[in-house]
Amino acid sequence: MSNETLSHRSIIQARVAKSLRKRHARERRFRVFGLAAVLAGLAFVALLFISILVRGLPAFWQATITAEVYFDPTLIQLEPRPVPREGETPQAFSEREIAWQSQLTMVNWNRILENSIIALKPELANSRRDVRALFTSSERFHLRDLVGNDPSLIGQRVTLDLVADANVDVWVRGNIDRSLPDSQQQLRPAVRALADELRAEGVLNIKFSKALFTNPDSRSSPASAGLAGAFMGSLFMMLIVIFLAVPVGVASAIYLEEFAPRNKITDLVEVNINNLAAVPSIVFGLLGAAIFINWFRLPLSAPLVGGLVLSLMTLPTVIIATRASLKAVPPSIRHAALALGASRVQAVFHHVLPLAIPGVLTGAIIGVAQALGETAPLLLIGMNAFVANIPTTPFDQSTALPVQIFLWQGNELRNFFEARTSAAIIVLLTMMISLNALAIWLRKKFERRW
Amino acid sequence: MRIKQTVGLAIAAAAMTAIAAPAMARDTIQIAGSSTVLPFASIVAEEFGNAFSQFNTPVVGSGGSSGGLRQFCQGVGANTIDIANASRAIRDGEVESCASAGVKQILEVQFGYDGIVFASRADKGAFKLEPKHVFAAAAAQVERDGKLVANPYTRWSQVDSSLPNQEIILVIPASNHGTREVFEERVLTPGCQAFDSIKKLDKDAQGKACLDLRQDGRIIEIAGDYTETLARLQAQADAVGVFGLSFYEQNRDRLQVATMNGVTPSLETIGSGEYPVSRPLFFYVKGEHIGVIPGLAQYVEYFLNEQVSGFGSPLEEAGLIPLNDEEREQALAAFKARKAVK
Repeated sequence: MSNETLSHRSIIQARVAKSLRKRHARERRFRVFGLAAVLAGLAFVALLFISILVRGLPAFWQATITAEVYFDPTLIQLEPRPVPREGETPQAFSEREIAWQSQLTMVNWNRILENSIIALKPELANSRRDVRALFTSSERFHLRDLVGNDPSLIGQRVTLDLVADANVDVWVRGNIDRSLPDSQQQLRPAVRALADELRAEGVLNIKFSKALFTNPDSRSSPASAGLAGAFMGSLFMMLIVIFLAVPVGVASAIYLEEFAPRNKITDLVEVNINNLAAVPSIVFGLLGAAIFINWFRLPLSAPLVGGLVLSLMTLPTVIIATRASLKAVPPSIRHAALALGASRVQAVFHHVLPLAIPGVLTGAIIGVAQALGETAPLLLIGMNAFVANIPTTPFDQSTALPVQIFLWQGNELRNFFEARTSAAIIVLLTMMISLNALAIWLRKKFERRW
Repeated sequence: MRIKQTVGLAIAAAAMTAIAAPAMARDTIQIAGSSTVLPFASIVAEEFGNAFSQFNTPVVGSGGSSGGLRQFCQGVGANTIDIANASRAIRDGEVESCASAGVKQILEVQFGYDGIVFASRADKGAFKLEPKHVFAAAAAQVERDGKLVANPYTRWSQVDSSLPNQEIILVIPASNHGTREVFEERVLTPGCQAFDSIKKLDKDAQGKACLDLRQDGRIIEIAGDYTETLARLQAQADAVGVFGLSFYEQNRDRLQVATMNGVTPSLETIGSGEYPVSRPLFFYVKGEHIGVIPGLAQYVEYFLNEQVSGFGSPLEEAGLIPLNDEEREQALAAFKARKAVK
């Protein structure tokens, strides 16, 4: 008997020992595969980030000419800026104001720019065209705005940082093959030589580009194209999403989770919300174009419409995240509140919701971050237009950051805008990462474990 | 409590939007259309905004000539565009659909010319093309020994011994681009007329034979803009692409241009008509919006100003072939007389 059991046991042991090796091998294999998958994923992300950083970071610095500009009173002949006269109608005053503005614009600002370099190199007095080619064309408006804001500058000498032309930037930084023959270069030989000379003398330097952050997009003066307009457009849209999608989404999630009766209708609503979350964003764009623009007659290219479309898109994400975090609150909390005589609304708002807040915030922020990066629906409501103004209200025409990336990607001045596009991607990614970091921080701060 | 306040705020904001929206009148000119015209129109828009402090800078969208005109013909009102940019003339069908939507006063403004060039990668062989070469490389059926046969050519050197020994890959604009029409009219059609067996066909069959392109993947149609064409050339080194002259000029370090009938495309040869593949550029103004959208008439007149779009202007620097003085006078006079397209 005992002998028999013993042999039986040894058979089992032998079998276990045999299979154990197999099982251990299987586990090791799985671990290796898992680790390899993680490493491959990380490698792709790293590759993406490195390639964007390598291409984009240099664009945060650009060729800048530091020169002393003399606001020559013989060139700037300007009447004093009009002030409202007594008894004057606002219309008459604005007419005089406009006349003064156009007089200000008519000043030959280019000549003042050219003179700043000719003062350093008098031998260039006869090649003004080459000197002018150094500066990006919007610098004349930069001087105009300086004088417009402070007419006392006239007659003074001021040292200014002036943005160099995009092709000068490309040339001095070697973003175009410098050994190419003249016929394949963008700049005339004289301008190239002058740029190199100024660089050697320290007049032309690579400086941090403020233009990228303070200017709207520009076509006539590519070197001064910036992200300010797109940033404001995105900001307005995000505000609309935060003030529309988040409260509506949270409210409907609370109702569905805590108050709604369980029946066919709520089931149907639930299925539909899950389906909506999976609808491709371009469909929301078509919907926005058809309803908000054609039917409600809201303006084209306006962040208002973009914000409404993105709110619709974000709504299901917020609802699903909120419901999940409400579900995660243990029922004992509700029972305890109800047992102590709280009403259902009190139980939800005083006890359940505060515990669910970290999940709700995470869901909302991830929804907003998703909306921030969305491009496709915006193309259909006219937000892919060229806008040279910084919008001041959600009704003004505007682009958005991801759309600006798309537009710069398509700009014909490839040598300059390839880097600029990557720089815009870096700005957008930084915003996304900070939003996600905020979500993580909020979750950590308010999280409660049971 | 905080959540209640937020909900209240959101409802208030939504209500405000709903009330404010219908009362909105637009005070910024809205433009859309051809991606060839877009750089020119954007430059003018920016300069216009800077020159006239009382008007906003116009907003310029793309979408191709056809897309722009479709938006243009959606109707009259602040939510429709004021100007459609086009790299081809408006079609009769489009005038009709405009009219049925209430857009009756379509003002056509021609402001310059654009050349269409064939370009290949700067590090590959140089092309000296003729329309018949392009046709023979691109058509579905070509003439061989006096008969029409399915296109057998796989390398340019087979088409003509003077061409580089490179695989035939031709990157052309898709039909949403006005450039496609010019490509067909100015290159393919004259190219196929060079072959007797096609000339003998009746008119319909001839038209079909001229414009039927091969479907074996050697013709790549691009619906996006020229950067996409350039990206194709970077991926497929042998490819030859169709570009606008202005795009080529800005990317001369990467592209080399092909001659057509021995003429190198440039501002001069296109302006004089020596280079055969060019087309006029237009924009269409909605007459109903003049006087309603502030600055619309001023924008058009500013655009036609010699200092803006003439010789030596920023637009010429950006690659536009300007109108001559007489054409400019005519365009301006026609606009001032509000002469509508019939």
